Amino acid sequence: MSADPNPNTPVKTPLHDVHLDLGANLVDFAGHLMPLRYAGETAEHQAVRTGAGLFDLSHMGEIFLSGPDAGAALDHAVVGKLASMAVGKARYTMLCAPDGGVLDDLIVYRLGDETWMVVANAANVAVVRDALTERVARFDAAVEDRSASYALIALQGPRSQKILGAFTDAPLADLRYYAILAGRVAGVDALVARTGYTGEDGFELFVDVADAVPLWKALERVDDVVPAGLSARDTLRLEAGMPLYGNELTPDVTPFEAGLGRVVKLDKPGDFVGKSALEAVAQTPPGRRLVGLVAHGRRAPRKGYQVVTSGGTPCGVVTSGAPSPTLGRPIAMAYLDSGVEETGLAVDVRGRPEPVDVVALPFYKRS
Amino acid sequence: MIVSVPEQLRYSEEHEWVSGLGGEDGIVTVGITAHAADALGEIVYIEVQPSEGDTVEAGEPCGEVESTKSVSDIYSPVSGEITAINAAVVDEPKVINDDPYGEGWIFKVRVSEEPGDLLDSAAYEKLIEEA
Repeated sequence: MSADPNPNTPVKTPLHDVHLDLGANLVDFAGHLMPLRYAGETAEHQAVRTGAGLFDLSHMGEIFLSGPDAGAALDHAVVGKLASMAVGKARYTMLCAPDGGVLDDLIVYRLGDETWMVVANAANVAVVRDALTERVARFDAAVEDRSASYALIALQGPRSQKILGAFTDAPLADLRYYAILAGRVAGVDALVARTGYTGEDGFELFVDVADAVPLWKALERVDDVVPAGLSARDTLRLEAGMPLYGNELTPDVTPFEAGLGRVVKLDKPGDFVGKSALEAVAQTPPGRRLVGLVAHGRRAPRKGYQVVTSGGTPCGVVTSGAPSPTLGRPIAMAYLDSGVEETGLAVDVRGRPEPVDVVALPFYKRS
Repeated sequence: MIVSVPEQLRYSEEHEWVSGLGGEDGIVTVGITAHAADALGEIVYIEVQPSEGDTVEAGEPCGEVESTKSVSDIYSPVSGEITAINAAVVDEPKVINDDPYGEGWIFKVRVSEEPGDLLDSAAYEKLIEEA
């Protein structure tokens, strides 16, 4: 959260002591000391699929853009159409480089007539803040990185609304997916967003760092609420076919290759950073495409492993992979080279080809 | 985090443990340490490549353990003939997390030569503290 004088020492979140009390296994993730798992990642994963899981996501960045021209500034800076979004709504978008490569994927919330909140991945907060600052310089808009002031707690799973509803008078039933409201939750002020990264219904609660512990403890005391770590978060998002920055999304990949061309609004008014490059990309068949893989055997394809044809020729690369708790089989996302037949493929798992089927994403969709 | 390193066992630098060294039948039991199991997370798959009756060489990879998060090779800490593979952990790998030094044993070897550079518990504790 707060800047640390030693860049090698990971920053503790406001919930650090809570994690220690819960016996969390902590890891340095993007410069933050984060819970990887508590009791066990499989039980945490299942809790989110069937009940509710509680996540500390305070490593994420909250960057505010405000001012009379903030909407126009944002539309110039990112690939989506945010200026015309209604107050109280959210949208998934991307910050791209001038060459069309992805610098970060973002959720942008409109909090007021002249205020937008940009939520960035922990590893990219500085990149996003600096790019936004540079790109909006000629607009009447100000960029402020408030990451150190906010804790982010997520409650995810089919029981989330019922559980959270006991702690707030806010009209949760009326809060649509990808919408946000300001309210009181368990006695603290919170921005309550119906967003997430698990493939389930759920909420993300942005609160002052000083309010993080009481809010967490109130929610954690509820029966069936299971604290869940980054390991479960990763398998949940993978099953839901959601990209992870640094895996599926990198500066070398365009949104179109990642199968997310729909977030690029080439028809919005005015120019935006990356527009000309992305216009060209949109008109040519992508050089590679992101696909889902399900393995026949038990050995999981992992990030960086090669996809090979039946003849053993490399034809792609795995970007994420793990044994899927829900499917009971290893799953992966991979970039396949253009023109590759989708049958008879295998992944080279440490020297042995493991047959895989190419499947449509996501692997899991909530009913 | 404090993990168990039983005194009566011997250890490899690759985080396997060995019990029963110097016994009359010459058969030792091999597993992975609590430290290794903890670092992997919940183990969901284990594969032991040699079959019963096959010979293994000390330091040679002879299988792998896979968790949700990562995968790690198993190296035989001793040379000899595999006399048993624990079918219970193949069926339910999480047993290795729950009881790494007991029910979570992985295979047994009839040792063919005196093992060389295994660590005692103090040396192994030092190794994992420095890691």
